[in-house]
Amino acid sequence: MELQSRAPEGPIETSWMRHRQAIRLVNPANKRKYHVIVVGTGLAGASASATLAQLGYNVSAFCFQDSPRRAHSIAAQGGINAAKNYQNDGDSIYRLFYDTVKGGDFRARERNVYRLAQISVDIIDQCVAQGVPFAREYGGLLSNRSFGGALVSRTFYARGQTGQQLLIGAYQALSEQIALGKVKMHPRTELLDVVVVDGHAKGIITRDLVTGAIRRHVADAVVLATGGYGNVFYLSTNAKGCNVTATWRAYKRGAGFANPCFTQIHPTCIPVFGDHQSKLTLMSESLRNDGRVWVPKRVGDIRPANQIPEEERDYYLERMYPTFGNLVPRDVASRAAKRMCDEGHTVVNGGLGVFLDFREAIQRLGRKVVDDRYGNLFEMYERITGESPFETPMKIYPAIHYTMGGLWVDYNLMSTVNGLYVIGEANFSDHGANRLGASALMQGLADGYFVLPYTIGDYLATQKAGGASVDHAAFADAEREVKARIDRLVSTRGKTSADTFHREVGQLVWDKCGMARTREGLREAIAKIPEIRERFWRDVSVPGSGATTNQALERAGRVADFLEFAEVMCRDALEREESCGGHFREEYQTPDGEALRDDVAFAHSAVWAYDGPDRPAVRHTEQLQFDYVKPSQRSYK
Amino acid sequence: MKVNVRVWRQSGPDAQGAFEDFSGVDVLPDMSFLEMLDVINVKLEASGSEPVCFDSDCREGICGSCGAVVNGEAHGPGTRSTLCQVHMRSFKDGDTITVEPFRAKAFPVIRDLMVDRSAFDKIIQAGGFITARTGSAPEANAAPIGKQVADEAFDAATCIGCGACVAACPNASAMLFVSAKVSHLGMLPQGQPQRLARVEDMVAAMDAAGFGACSNHGECEAACPKGISLKFIARLNQDLVQAAFTRRS
Repeated sequence: MELQSRAPEGPIETSWMRHRQAIRLVNPANKRKYHVIVVGTGLAGASASATLAQLGYNVSAFCFQDSPRRAHSIAAQGGINAAKNYQNDGDSIYRLFYDTVKGGDFRARERNVYRLAQISVDIIDQCVAQGVPFAREYGGLLSNRSFGGALVSRTFYARGQTGQQLLIGAYQALSEQIALGKVKMHPRTELLDVVVVDGHAKGIITRDLVTGAIRRHVADAVVLATGGYGNVFYLSTNAKGCNVTATWRAYKRGAGFANPCFTQIHPTCIPVFGDHQSKLTLMSESLRNDGRVWVPKRVGDIRPANQIPEEERDYYLERMYPTFGNLVPRDVASRAAKRMCDEGHTVVNGGLGVFLDFREAIQRLGRKVVDDRYGNLFEMYERITGESPFETPMKIYPAIHYTMGGLWVDYNLMSTVNGLYVIGEANFSDHGANRLGASALMQGLADGYFVLPYTIGDYLATQKAGGASVDHAAFADAEREVKARIDRLVSTRGKTSADTFHREVGQLVWDKCGMARTREGLREAIAKIPEIRERFWRDVSVPGSGATTNQALERAGRVADFLEFAEVMCRDALEREESCGGHFREEYQTPDGEALRDDVAFAHSAVWAYDGPDRPAVRHTEQLQFDYVKPSQRSYK
Repeated sequence: MKVNVRVWRQSGPDAQGAFEDFSGVDVLPDMSFLEMLDVINVKLEASGSEPVCFDSDCREGICGSCGAVVNGEAHGPGTRSTLCQVHMRSFKDGDTITVEPFRAKAFPVIRDLMVDRSAFDKIIQAGGFITARTGSAPEANAAPIGKQVADEAFDAATCIGCGACVAACPNASAMLFVSAKVSHLGMLPQGQPQRLARVEDMVAAMDAAGFGACSNHGECEAACPKGISLKFIARLNQDLVQAAFTRRS
């Protein structure tokens, strides 16, 4: 597998500008002859579809939801980073770049990250022009807040609904292009395969989720904006529909899958209760601006929070990391919470959790200000738990939230398959081994509005418009395979729902490949997953047929892919013999329990290549080069 | 606790529907309403029967996918909540719970509780946007927007497009949905150039999609999980009148 990053050499400050100068352009009159497929309509997919259509390309956009407005980007709460330096607190493009590379624990490609920081400022302008109602000061100018892993206030926000507002902005831009006929929208449609014709991605096979119809779609290039794979853990903060199917199908057609073991645990989620829970709910990281995290000093102290006196509380983040305090990055905060609970300081009776307390903030700022900042989050917490954070501290615990790994892409965001582009969370770029808060929205929109629309031209300029046809044998083969798989699922007629298998594999990877990983545990998981997979194909029950609306079939198809993907994720975690960012191997830690990287052996991205159904995936590497931010042990102390 | 659940089952848009009873469903008070349906579905699937079809995605009250009429109320008991945020503690042991799809001419049933709300997308396509070509935006702080205006626009912008307003309205009107978008964009300075065309085009699209007229019942506001205010409908009407007098012949 050839892994050429194609990132330009020379001074990093001008590399994106020079690259744009160097790549091929498609003549405006010719753009309308090209057809691009975009799968997914979250921030990355919707912004890319809208922008490509504005440029003149014809776009077919797909989403499995009933409307493009519902993609999971909508659930992002806290904010979006941009190096505007409106707060005059010393922010700059370089500082955002530096924070992101360091926050990612030196496992991201420097030049991609620098470009992201440069583009961040344009995103805010674009979104404001669309009518995104960012928070403002009384004077009418935009407001900012702080987020984990940064010492400046560079996060733009829209109450606790930033993702929703940004997505609605992109969705509206997309809707305008749909009305103009430049985008053909296919909602309730799921990608089931990517079609590769003579080494180039030229189409997809889809299933209409209402009628069950299997269809072929041809184009000159294919863009995947299909999000992350956090639901492999079953319980995560992802939406129920989030899945790995699109990226996994692409992987099986030749796209390398990079760093699948880099998964992010979000430190502030509502703790798990009972056995029936279907998903976990995140409480925005922005809460750590004013909330203080603590546990009782005494092990087994289960008194209500308000009865525990100040001197018996351990504000452990402030104690362990005085410089960043409650605003340490997510991986650090998550592991600290796990350690406190492992040592017996949990505040959840019969479960795991720590307190996030607003008492001091309410005293300092007044209830009104706290309500303005976090009101809707407090309301959401109260709705789920029945307790008001104004009266008693929140209980929180880490949960799977985001996946840094994804399909490998070069500087142009093209995967290892020609003409197959991957944007947003679905790709592996920019965040390394750990993503900083408020950077996912930034990356999704950077890719969709400002990177892909330029770089895809470089590929299209080499292609004859409309060169491929749905009559090509590759389409027929892919369609046959898709249909055979559906037939197999609906004809197994076993006794167990797909959800039950999903919970089982999810619990296994959470235990063995979650917040802390060991060689032994990973080997156990790798041995166990094929066994669950075998049982799945023997005993899964998918009632009904493929020729109609069938949610059991949708779930089963996605679980089948998770059951294959989970194994590669665990192998990646096993072979990466170091700790970095969200990947914490217990064998590799400093005496005080911090992640211990190995920059000699592992300063690379691991890229997994499919090698046929009967052979294990093959691990390749892309060496990372650090010319600007020299790898050092991350310290937030 | 145990509850009895009566769920609307309908195999397709043109099929005859009927209630199916699931009695003695075992639930925990902290379970969400949709998790209660999951429990029913896992059992149905394991026994080879087709599960109850319903839309849901984020399950944290923001994506707008879920929704059903529960005991006569859109999104079920409680105020300002989507169905996914309703918990079984809102019911009592032994309760019978009736679950039906959102019903409106413009929202045809696809299957069971799943309805087709694509009419909402068509309304947005008709004018629910500010034209701003990517790359052409001015510096974000170039035009200050007073906090009060920004906040009010935000209140309108919080609409999640779930359709509860339509389901709750005796006329199946989409006025609250349309007025929220018209107000969000129409209050902001960026939205002024297209303000009057927007309101006319969106209202025309709403009528064409088969939604009813607004007759000020106010049920929409009561059902809205985001608390979108009726005042936005008044605002829409002002814009509509202004458009009628000043635009086109």
